[in-house]
Amino acid sequence: MRIALFVTCLADTMFPAAAKATVHLLERLGHEVVFPEGQTCCGQMHINTGYQQDALPLVRRHVRTFAPYDVVVAPSGSCVGSVRHQHAMVARSAGDEGLAARAEDVGSRTYELSELLVDVLGVEDVGAYYPHRVTYHPTCHSLRMIRVGDKPQRLLRHVRGLELVELPAADQCCGFGGTFALKNADTSTAMLADKMRHVLDTGAEVCTAGDSSCLMHIGGGLSRLGAGVRTVHLAEILAATEDTP
Amino acid sequence: MTTFLGMPTTSPRGVGHLRGDEAFPAAARKALGNAQLRRNLGHATTTIRAKSGAVIAELPDWQELRTAGSALKTDTMARLPELLAQLEENVTAAGGVVHWAADANEANRIVTELVQATGETRVIKVKSMATQEIALNEALEAAGIEPVETDLAELIVQLGHDKPSHILVPAIHRNRAEIREIFLREMPGVDPALTDEPVILAGAARRYLRETFLSTKVAVSGANFAVAETGTLAVLESEGNGRMCLTLPETLITVMGIEKLVPTWQDLEVFLQLLPRASTGERMNPYTSMWTGVTPGDGPQNFHLVLLDNGRTAVLADEVGRQALHCIRCSACLNVCPVYERTGGHAYGSVYPGPIGAVLSPQLTGVEDNASLPYASSLCGACFDACPVKIDIPSILVHLRNEAPHPRGERAAMHAAAYTMDHPRLYAAAQHAAKLSRLAGRRLPPPLSGWTASRDLPDPPPETFRDWWAKR
Repeated sequence: MRIALFVTCLADTMFPAAAKATVHLLERLGHEVVFPEGQTCCGQMHINTGYQQDALPLVRRHVRTFAPYDVVVAPSGSCVGSVRHQHAMVARSAGDEGLAARAEDVGSRTYELSELLVDVLGVEDVGAYYPHRVTYHPTCHSLRMIRVGDKPQRLLRHVRGLELVELPAADQCCGFGGTFALKNADTSTAMLADKMRHVLDTGAEVCTAGDSSCLMHIGGGLSRLGAGVRTVHLAEILAATEDTP
Repeated sequence: MTTFLGMPTTSPRGVGHLRGDEAFPAAARKALGNAQLRRNLGHATTTIRAKSGAVIAELPDWQELRTAGSALKTDTMARLPELLAQLEENVTAAGGVVHWAADANEANRIVTELVQATGETRVIKVKSMATQEIALNEALEAAGIEPVETDLAELIVQLGHDKPSHILVPAIHRNRAEIREIFLREMPGVDPALTDEPVILAGAARRYLRETFLSTKVAVSGANFAVAETGTLAVLESEGNGRMCLTLPETLITVMGIEKLVPTWQDLEVFLQLLPRASTGERMNPYTSMWTGVTPGDGPQNFHLVLLDNGRTAVLADEVGRQALHCIRCSACLNVCPVYERTGGHAYGSVYPGPIGAVLSPQLTGVEDNASLPYASSLCGACFDACPVKIDIPSILVHLRNEAPHPRGERAAMHAAAYTMDHPRLYAAAQHAAKLSRLAGRRLPPPLSGWTASRDLPDPPPETFRDWWAKR
């Protein structure tokens, strides 16, 4: 299958390993990955911070860039959530019904990685090998905005060598929330403190999730504490094999 | 176009409890440092969440009930003017008197004059968010009338000269040692040997309130629901204090937000299932009191209904935000909110805290008067899932953020960022510049200092994804 990669601005700039892993994984499964030129950012930060007018050209750009592709994948539940649930709203608020319809069309063909693997490609065992004790944090937008359910865990349970330990109070927000982490830094930190406590309680060496943003938050806190727990994107775990660990 | 209650206006300044003294981040900072508060809130919200989750899981049709509740409220809001007129007609026909209050000042004046007309100087009160919203107690006190709160938690708040911090459990921020101190200091005739045993504290309140119930001739209540087709009012409660207030006095004055309406008696079937399970985590609340006007020889012989707007028609005028009027004040969104659980209710500055407060208060006052509240959320979405009438709180938050006044510097930065991201070459250049600036280390200047105060930034990658892809 020919799959267009919506890399997301955060993975592109700060976490290219997650994006490269997405490419390697899909190619290993026999699919062709293309990277549409001209993509930048979906505009979620602007939309969620109250700048819908500034987000409008970014929505337009995103829709134009991905319209030619049948299947689009992103290594982020949050960015997929924005494309699927917010783009049409922004277009409608600006009175552009045509753009709203095209945005809905692109949104319906855009998948978060675990959705693509399980729902579209019909695979749960991707042939990965990752010999580590891992806990999974279901990010809020994966869980409640696009409803990936237990697809990530189903994929992780098939990874050889991986010991999956359940995260207590897993469905609680880590406190990231985009610019919330800056505007309400103290409250965000209080939420992060509890998330880190739960991660440490599992005794896992790796905390994984489907969103680089939440992992940047949890990982940034764990790093500051010198906790000795790594954050690794789900795509990187699924891309790992005996030959390419 | 004029609406039924006049042009939509927001709640006036200088009266009521919808506006805080400081912005949410500053107020939250203080609350976060209170270890006792954090423990009380964590314990209380976790307990209510578990209880509510268990009784909701018993109902196979919970999602259908939520959908029905949402549809009923949508229909009610679409026909609010005619339904309110129908309510007035039916309450009047049953012997009640209906008053229309455009805002908090009018409502306070109407209630004060009604009490003064009875010649009484004390009223007993059923727990009511509407009267907290308009600061009725303060208005009555200014007129020399003593209001006595009869809900236990509301009494604790009143005696402590405090403000409620939760819609359902207003004294959630107090522990029993604090309650004992408040009672010893403030409760008339209290036993000086009072201990902090819950049963002893409740006994002290019961003794004090019994006397008050039996000697007070005027009561003030709110209402959970009003049925347009019959003119019936309903109050749901747990302690029986509401039943006492609604049946014992000679005069009953009910203050009700105009959104509390349901069209028909049968509609109550849906809401009486939704409310207790979502709020207290009970299958059914212990006391449901309903009354229709005046019944000769039975209960209050004078009944007044004050219909309160106070910004509600302004909310109704907003196509996205009007869903906030569907709220049945169950508090489920507070109990699941990770922000509320850590900051408590006072940080929101309004009697409506938590996620519903963050969308309701700014709309009632105008968003410029509560500009920080739409941002008091990580948009995690737990509130939307918990809401028994499916209010899409995250979408309203995003909508209100778009309406809120923005700091000038932030506006410029966001505009520049959007421009850059709409120009791929500039974007690529900015990616490389960002990589260099990250060498600045673990303490970055504002606004990024908020991040680096408690969190490291990741090491910059050797190349961006698009650089890697181009070389492939």
